[in-house]
Amino acid sequence: MKCRVCRAPAVVDVRRHNAGFCRDHFVRHCEEQVRRAVHDHHMFGPGDRVLVAVSGGKDSLALWDLLLGLGHHAEGLYLGLGIGGYSDESYGHAAAFARRRDATLHTVDLAADHGYTIPGAAAATRRSPCGACGLSKRHLFNSYALDHGFDVVATGHNLDDEAAVLLGNVLRWEEGYLGRQHPVLPASPGFVKKVKPLYRLGEREMAAYCVLQGIDYQVEECPMAAGNRHLGYKELLNDLELRSPGSKAAFLFGFVERAHARFAEDAAGQRDNLGTCRECGAPTPGEVCAFCRLRERARIAG
Amino acid sequence: MKVVLRNPRREVEIPGPLTVDALLRRLELNPESVLVIDGDELVTRDARLEDATTVEIRPVISGGAR
Repeated sequence: MKCRVCRAPAVVDVRRHNAGFCRDHFVRHCEEQVRRAVHDHHMFGPGDRVLVAVSGGKDSLALWDLLLGLGHHAEGLYLGLGIGGYSDESYGHAAAFARRRDATLHTVDLAADHGYTIPGAAAATRRSPCGACGLSKRHLFNSYALDHGFDVVATGHNLDDEAAVLLGNVLRWEEGYLGRQHPVLPASPGFVKKVKPLYRLGEREMAAYCVLQGIDYQVEECPMAAGNRHLGYKELLNDLELRSPGSKAAFLFGFVERAHARFAEDAAGQRDNLGTCRECGAPTPGEVCAFCRLRERARIAG
Repeated sequence: MKVVLRNPRREVEIPGPLTVDALLRRLELNPESVLVIDGDELVTRDARLEDATTVEIRPVISGGAR
């Protein structure tokens, strides 16, 4: 297989483009997809401070690398989840990347800073580990960005992540979630702007990017994610992709470009009708936000 | 060839030469879900893998909360 740009031997094939790429042109392909996402959705500009949610996995480190390479002011925030050796190793990858790129990595440790861990929270509540983890991440990345003057939080959600979430939302016709599923979630009172610059790139592309750029990342799957529903959706979509290359991109991009607006208005209205958490001041429909309730129950049980 | 698989990590011996496509079919793996690394080099699905080589099949699907 030859690179479709320069005809040199290809090292990566991307079936949905029916194309192979050499190393240099694959990196440029990834940069172009991110540049297009950032530009088309007005995610951020040259003067903005971007906080990258860094897990030590392929997507977040590739995202950080790409944003730095494109000249953006991007700092990382790693959240210590307390998942034993898995978390230690993940932090090691994030810290090594930051050292290598001379980039700033901030850290928040759930155990040291908030008195609980994800396994502890999952055991103490009826939430799945992924549910407790997602809630903690959404709250803490948002509050850290607001407290430290960042303009936007960028997450490593890729095309496969978004297509799998979309499939789950469509299967249940979750109108509120569909209204909030977009490459950009604008800022509103108590919420920092959130963006997904990798939504045009598949996770196979992100893993290939890391291998080709020499970025060491956490290859092992999170031990708490086994049986996660979205993993099943990804397998289904990859079976479809094998038979019909381009299906995942058509599904997701079609939603973003042609269907999302039909759900967005109701979702925006829900955000406007929130009160304030009496514990932390975050927006919430109740007296105490879901994060503070989770933390309290996990601390008591721990 | 020696084939290294992950999650969980294990090794299997498969006679070569084989193309990447043929190896993945033999292991019943979806090419959308993995990268194939021959020695230190990423390879495309038409690449030929020699009998004496060591190949890593690296899964690319990650789940859980983001």
